Amino acid sequence: MSTLDVAAVRKDFPILGREINGHPLVYLDSANTSQKPVQVLDVMRGYWERHNANVSRSVHTLGTESTTAYEDARARIARFIGAASPDEVVFTKNSTEAINLVAHTLPVGPGDEIVISEMEHHSNIVPWQLLCSRTGATLRWFGVTDDGLLDESSLESLITQRTRIVSLVHMSNILGTINDVSRIVARAHEVGALVLLDCSQSVPHLPIDVATLGADLIAFTGHKMLGPTGIGVLWGRAAVLADMPPFLAGGSMIETVTMERTTYAPPPARFEAGTPPIAEAIALGAAVDYLSALGMDAIHRHEQELTAYALKTLADLPGVRVFGPGGPEGRGGTVSFDVAGVHPHDVGQILDDLGVEVRVGHHCARPVCARFGVAAMTRASFYLYTTTEEIDALARGIEQVRKVFGG
Amino acid sequence: MTDQLYQEIILDHYKHPHGRGLRSPYAGEAHHVNPTCGDEVTVRVTGDLSDISYDGLGCSISQASASVLHELLTGRTPAEAARIHDAFVELMQGRGQVQPDEDVLGDGVAFAGVARYPARVKCALLPWMAFKDAAARAGMEVSA
Repeated sequence: MSTLDVAAVRKDFPILGREINGHPLVYLDSANTSQKPVQVLDVMRGYWERHNANVSRSVHTLGTESTTAYEDARARIARFIGAASPDEVVFTKNSTEAINLVAHTLPVGPGDEIVISEMEHHSNIVPWQLLCSRTGATLRWFGVTDDGLLDESSLESLITQRTRIVSLVHMSNILGTINDVSRIVARAHEVGALVLLDCSQSVPHLPIDVATLGADLIAFTGHKMLGPTGIGVLWGRAAVLADMPPFLAGGSMIETVTMERTTYAPPPARFEAGTPPIAEAIALGAAVDYLSALGMDAIHRHEQELTAYALKTLADLPGVRVFGPGGPEGRGGTVSFDVAGVHPHDVGQILDDLGVEVRVGHHCARPVCARFGVAAMTRASFYLYTTTEEIDALARGIEQVRKVFGG
Repeated sequence: MTDQLYQEIILDHYKHPHGRGLRSPYAGEAHHVNPTCGDEVTVRVTGDLSDISYDGLGCSISQASASVLHELLTGRTPAEAARIHDAFVELMQGRGQVQPDEDVLGDGVAFAGVARYPARVKCALLPWMAFKDAAARAGMEVSA
């Protein structure tokens, strides 16, 4: 079992050397977006400086280099998640686009049902609401228990012969819950429904093997896993992608075009109309290399230690209520909490004054806030470069919050 | 540094809000939400501004701002309210470069520090924008 050399890791992230308002940066917002190591930044800059050309259409040397690097990144990402083939990896702009791609190509009609949960990010709610309003299908959802788990008590009645797709978050961006989806996947497949998992928060932090996961489709985004913004992934089982019609139409996704009609390229090209974010895809390949070299097991273990430490530290602070699972088992390094009598905006502002960067608000998961009876939450989220000293800085910051607001 | 932002006056209005709670009768009402953070405020005005009532959910800046608005604008003529409203908006949008006039803005001058925090300007303006809409619905024009 390798352990993570966090001090060495931190040296790879130039931004961690910054000061904020006269204090060393304490970056606790990685669930929002991660910071980037020099290894990723160098690859991106090197691409622009040495290899830039459009992909999949040029016979010249630069075009060939660019295409090779782009497809090589696809292959690395495929290996990273245990995909059977690189052709199962579709590049998108982000998770949101990946989910929308599925919501726009899934054949559904009146009487069909879509099942989601109350734990979803808005990006896994709104596309399905729109799909239902376009087609007359019905949206149904799993509730959330007081412990922040999916309430599976109505599994059998929720997922039925009418269900076309079950689309769930793998790890909650607000509660930190890692959903064990095995029973849900089994039930969905029993009734012939597809399963899409929003893995935006899990692929960056846990070892993921799509074969073990059992889902038919997963979505994740590059910028939360050390890569740049503007690049995301839809993974789908080859047979599932092959059945899906195109989403966006244009160049690169065609086989032949006449003025009367067009035939479409096989996946993944079918879903990658137009010039893709080439440098971003290649940089995501570099991010995957960086994560793989450290080992996702080691990263996950490190984050579990941090989570245990954070849960204990926060539990010791008066007036602080933590949402989601109470222990580090079955949850990731994303901890949302409430400071009694102080609005999260004010918590975040005072923490920022001390260099501690957290997210505040409804975290694009307003139904979760409503479920727990609050308008907003403060969220600290960790990654491979986070230290226990930074969690101590968070705790000191919360004490300062209570001082200012006289709690 | 946040001393500039969290002035005693602001914290005081937050902890002990003036005129809070929705009252009837009223001539105009508006409900405004800040979609990025979920803060919300409802403002009601009577036809002559003899009462401005409000309720809301949100951070110290947005809630204190509603309390200050109540204090500053209740009982004013529409023309006076418009003048104060515009002065407050100008202060908030001034990026910290506008010198507030205490004779016009009263406790509102405490929000001068907020103007230096672009992410919080919307919080401070939330009740003022709701007031403007509520007044318009009551047939008053309170802003240029």
